[in-house]
Amino acid sequence: MPRLLQLLWAQLSGPGMVLKAFFPTCCASADSGLLVGRWVPEQSSAVVLAVVHFPFIPVQVKELLAQVQQASQVGVAVLGTWCHRRQEPEESLGHFLEGLGTLFSHEPWLQLCRERGSKSWNCKATRRQGPTPLAPACEDQVMLIFYDQRKVLLSRLHPPAALPERQAGDATASAGGLAAVFDTVARSEVLFQSDRFDEGPVRLTHWQSEGVEASILVELAKRAAGPVCLLLACLLSLVSAASACRVFRPWPLSFIWSKLSTCEQLRHRLDQLTLVVSAHRAEGPAQLMRKANTLVSVLLDMALGLLLLSWLHRKDRFAHLAEALVPVADRVAEELQHLLQWLMGAPAGLKMNRALDQVLGRFFLYHIHLWISYIHLMSPFIEHILWHLGLSACLGLTVALSILSDIISLLTFHIYCFYVYGARLYCLKIHGLSSLWRLFRGKKWNVLRQRVDSCSYDLDQLFIGTLLFTILIFLLPTTALYYLVFTLLRLLVVTVQGLVHLLVDLINSLPLYSLGLRLCRPYRLAAGVKFRVLEHEAGRPLRLLMQINPLPFSHVVRTYRLPSCGCHPKHSWGSLCRKLFFGELIYPWRQRGDKQD
Amino acid sequence: MAGPGAGEPAMEDERSFSDICGGRLALHRRYYSPSCLEFCLSCPRISLRSLTAVTCTVWLAAYGLFTLCENSMILSAAIFITLLGLLGYLHFVKIDHETLLIIDSLGIQMTSSYASGKESTTFIEMGKVKDVIINEAIYMQKVIYYLCILLKDPVEPHGISQVVPIFQSAKPRLDCLIEVYRSCQEILAHQKAASTSP
Repeated sequence: MPRLLQLLWAQLSGPGMVLKAFFPTCCASADSGLLVGRWVPEQSSAVVLAVVHFPFIPVQVKELLAQVQQASQVGVAVLGTWCHRRQEPEESLGHFLEGLGTLFSHEPWLQLCRERGSKSWNCKATRRQGPTPLAPACEDQVMLIFYDQRKVLLSRLHPPAALPERQAGDATASAGGLAAVFDTVARSEVLFQSDRFDEGPVRLTHWQSEGVEASILVELAKRAAGPVCLLLACLLSLVSAASACRVFRPWPLSFIWSKLSTCEQLRHRLDQLTLVVSAHRAEGPAQLMRKANTLVSVLLDMALGLLLLSWLHRKDRFAHLAEALVPVADRVAEELQHLLQWLMGAPAGLKMNRALDQVLGRFFLYHIHLWISYIHLMSPFIEHILWHLGLSACLGLTVALSILSDIISLLTFHIYCFYVYGARLYCLKIHGLSSLWRLFRGKKWNVLRQRVDSCSYDLDQLFIGTLLFTILIFLLPTTALYYLVFTLLRLLVVTVQGLVHLLVDLINSLPLYSLGLRLCRPYRLAAGVKFRVLEHEAGRPLRLLMQINPLPFSHVVRTYRLPSCGCHPKHSWGSLCRKLFFGELIYPWRQRGDKQD
Repeated sequence: MAGPGAGEPAMEDERSFSDICGGRLALHRRYYSPSCLEFCLSCPRISLRSLTAVTCTVWLAAYGLFTLCENSMILSAAIFITLLGLLGYLHFVKIDHETLLIIDSLGIQMTSSYASGKESTTFIEMGKVKDVIINEAIYMQKVIYYLCILLKDPVEPHGISQVVPIFQSAKPRLDCLIEVYRSCQEILAHQKAASTSP
């Protein structure tokens, strides 16, 4: 049975593809008139943009279309006629409409007709097969596709089709079929400026005829945005000039600034704010989204920071924190002392070299003693410092978290020192061992050729080398144990700091405005389109409804992520293990100086 | 079946097939016009037996934990988890029916409807479609057939950039796939003839 239909259809339809007519839903109830839009010959589709109502003067219509074509570079033309009639067919209107085909010549000529109050549509597309007006006409099959003009106008396709910039005419309409529809509607804003309620010479119906929504708050905000941006830009330029002044240049200070993550975060925020309040208009929709995302992210950050500040002030928590800080530092130091005492004994039943053990243990214990003295020296000032630092939370939650991370690194500075000592000692030992092992086997490292060569040593060289090798290898367990313990402690601290940085990164880079847009106005961010077949009667043309398929949330985050000073691990697990084994110092998180875009 | 006359609704028919595991599938075909075709494949519903089994297991485990810990929070947590799990399963995992809509000279659209009513749609424009084929694949210990769409490579004229499988959750057997394949090929053949003619 389907085959029979196929054969019938092949006989009835002319050559070529089915003609697709994109019709806006707002014009479905408009009065009779002319159809105005763009014809895309490659996809055999006609995009109807508006309906011109009677009475009109053909010359004025042609003038308007020429104006629109010049302003928007879209080939707008009269595509056909639209007839919205009552139950009784109006003969005069029918003839009149057919006569219009001679006034505005267009191939193919569309004739859409709808009976008032019913859902049945009639479509006809006639094409002349010869150059003269008397040549026989053939009809094409028409498929009607309804689209919501306002939504298509406002939406943006992802990935954006690489459409050429505004060129003369539509010589290059080689974009994918549906991207061309979006592009046509988006570029024809000039056409939508006057509608049938205006007093102009030509009365049009399009999406504006349904009434434009606007919000007073949005309009007021737009007016106020100009002076506010100017003020903020001046303030920010002052701040950045102050931070770049010479007081902060000399070496110790600049080194400290580069190591503190708070300064990094503040600089990042300053850059972002400068971008947002800059006087340049956004170049494209991507830039606009980035500005909006940055603004919303900064505002949320400040709101969270103020919330944190009010919570801290409520029950006098600052005093509690300051009181708790010194005992915690003392406790940490005490635990470290216990650990060292344990290492100096027989840790886990292992037998250590007593002399080296005592030396290393005493050295580290003295360090801890120094550290505790410094902490006790600082304890009267801690509350004031904490209070002032807490004030900076009003600059944002991310700043508060960065300060927390810096406080952690300052409080665990002794662990960092111990790790460095242990690692250097271990590294030295490993290098010594490998070089002496080569000597043991009669080989040598050739620095010039960067390879291992054989070498003949003297007897006394061999003797001393073997002795040193033996000493080093017997001292290896002790050093290795100290190195292991302090590396684990250091990794623990680094993990905690890494989590804090991860949270800061998340707040920095989440595109909240885009997510909110996807939630509230899903048609603005389109991944594509979807079609729904409307009620179909045999013998009538096929009617489809084209809706916008919104972008999934994961794609939104991926496309509109803000750049941030990323804290991704810069080593793979393999190279990390290798570095740990050879005692090289590790900085598992990316150095704070490198920015990542 | 008589052809569509004036005023009659579009042709529809429904047949039942089975999927690769033996479950019953219903293929509902709608013939809107010679250039527009829709296939709707309904998957077997969620069975009461498996639902009861999972719920009982979770609650028995929770009760076991409760006798060990004497904390009644475990029981309420178990109820919560069961409810959330069921909602999540219905909304994100269980597919009710899958639809394939082919419109000549426009494109191919695939829709998956979940048990909670959520729908996820993908539309591929006809300009990107190279062909629709039935392919074989090794799935666990079986060799199965699946229908897929081949997409054109923009760079290489005879290359394939992507293979998009259809009816991934329903997984019908070869007889069902052949039905769908034949109808798709008829429409694609007309599309190719139209695109090559001047």
